Amino acid sequence: MRVDYVNGNTAIAEGAITAGLRFYAGYPITPSSDIFEYLSRRLPEVGGYAIQLEDEIASINAVIGASWCCVKSMTATSGPGFSLMVEGLSIAVMTETPLVIAYVMRAGPATGVPTKTGQYDVLQAVYGFHGGLIIPVLAPSTPQEAYDLTIKAFNISEKLRTPVILLSDAVLANTFGRVVMRSAGEIEIIERKKPTKPPHLYKPYEAEEDLVPPMACIGDGYDIYVETLTHDERGVYAPTTHVQRKLMERLYKKIIERSEEIFEYRITRPSGSCDYMMISYGSTALSARVAVKELENESIRACLLTINTLYPINEKALRKLCEESSMVFVVENNLGLYYREIRGVIRDKPVISIPVIDLEIPDPNEIKRMVRKWVEH
Amino acid sequence: MGRALANPLDIYLRVEKLPTLWCPGCGIGIATQALLKAIDRRIREGFLRKDQIVFVGGIGCSSRVAMYVKFDSIRTAHGRAIPLATAIKIVKPDRRVIVVGGDGDIAGIGGNHLLHAIRRNMDLMVIVINNMIYAMTGGQHSPTTPPGIYTTTTPEGSFERPLNLIKLAWSLGANYVARGSVTHPQLLEQIFYKGLERRGFILIEVISTCPEVFGRHIGLRDAVELYRRLRDKMIVKKNPSIDESEYDWEKGFVLGVFVDREEKGYIDHLRLLRRDCMR
Repeated sequence: MRVDYVNGNTAIAEGAITAGLRFYAGYPITPSSDIFEYLSRRLPEVGGYAIQLEDEIASINAVIGASWCCVKSMTATSGPGFSLMVEGLSIAVMTETPLVIAYVMRAGPATGVPTKTGQYDVLQAVYGFHGGLIIPVLAPSTPQEAYDLTIKAFNISEKLRTPVILLSDAVLANTFGRVVMRSAGEIEIIERKKPTKPPHLYKPYEAEEDLVPPMACIGDGYDIYVETLTHDERGVYAPTTHVQRKLMERLYKKIIERSEEIFEYRITRPSGSCDYMMISYGSTALSARVAVKELENESIRACLLTINTLYPINEKALRKLCEESSMVFVVENNLGLYYREIRGVIRDKPVISIPVIDLEIPDPNEIKRMVRKWVEH
Repeated sequence: MGRALANPLDIYLRVEKLPTLWCPGCGIGIATQALLKAIDRRIREGFLRKDQIVFVGGIGCSSRVAMYVKFDSIRTAHGRAIPLATAIKIVKPDRRVIVVGGDGDIAGIGGNHLLHAIRRNMDLMVIVINNMIYAMTGGQHSPTTPPGIYTTTTPEGSFERPLNLIKLAWSLGANYVARGSVTHPQLLEQIFYKGLERRGFILIEVISTCPEVFGRHIGLRDAVELYRRLRDKMIVKKNPSIDESEYDWEKGFVLGVFVDREEKGYIDHLRLLRRDCMR
């Protein structure tokens, strides 16, 4: 264990190394670039590689290639770069390739304000790629969470053979904080499941009880074949409804049935009682925390639920957490995107969107003002 | 019914995936056979091990070579085979990584990846099976379509200047640049055979036939006739100069090895860098 004072981007890079990252491919884009720069220095020290490719499309494909050599791999990007990566992301979902994308959001759309913050890409992170499946999206709100959730992202990706997105933002990228860093022996690091059957009996897409097939890599002697087309358990292209249905259901279920295990949150109760529940994520949660504390002085007893796992949502747990509140506020630095997801889960009480379109750290006063407006109604 | 006679190259094929999707008269089968023969010779000489070879493909008829060969093989999105192969080579430098794709896959949508991999002298063997058309998607214009040719997206005939892959690879500093043709399979095998032991970037263009769409568009519906016509356009040269690489449907295509040099590849540089880091 060691303690350091680092920003969110460095925390992600260090968390990745702790989790076993050994291959990084990327293309520079603000505000994610210093993850890349830091890893360019650090990865060779631990026997890994950090390479700069011609674009984000190349980067995600390189990460897929490295992962199929059974090397833990990641890339980092921001909105416009992620748009280029979604093609490869879909390939990673279909081929069940473990990898992590650190997605550091900036203000968009288009090239927006590269150096300023926003949470406009929350839905693109999970719904952006074609094919309609789901990938886990984790969102840290402090440098410590950035470190811890990066490790969790790698663990989920290895365990479930899925790409995982670590959704950060420009404020967190540049916010310094105290981070407790562990060595690999002090925490659980999950490695992917390898086949135990000999090559002639091994079916590359035959899932075990956990819905995850063991993964043979390049060089393991299995003559692996990675198929991006709809495939049966042998990996043979099979354009039939039966095969499509079976494959899609398994790919979906292996994630969704783990929502309890993947779901992570933190609850802040300034006065103990949660008459109102404020839900937030990422760096906006820091402002929301200030807001709930200050609202207590006005006898508005609100709690803050910082959601660290944006997808998949553990719906049961979320409903339970909001049980005692009469109203739910969703505070985010966009026009109210994640609010729609929450409204889909909490249907027995008012769910109100508090959009804070700030290019700086969202202002707690603005949050308070909007809460007051609803509470006094 | 079982397979009565096994082809000696069957050990390199995923026979359960046969028959291939390639149309009768398609040249990709000939190219694949020439490649497997070259690999087989290298393996039998003890120069390569079977498990050292990795195939990477994108999307398109030619990319399916990666689907039918029995080595570690991966397919990815259209045009993206080269960056994926790049990562494999970096992480597993003792592998011989072979990328197979068509002109649309590698020179069209993947063009940017191609030129940067050549610039890096990345240790990959990239085989472009050039049938001068987007075949799988129904015969649209490709970067190598000869001028004047009707395609489904150039109904008035293509007026774009085609891409000369040989000159491109030469200008960016590839170590081994050659052009073969499915009409000359022995020469093609020899080109592959030599390429398999070179380091740095290896670009092999294979002029191929597509009777189903390209042939049909130019009025050569008969596969044999198209093959003959193409063969007449091939000029074999022992040591052709780069100026002789001109890509011209009217004047014909010079076959041979245009560049063969021993400059350090990307992996050599990486190894040196790593050795210095370890000191």
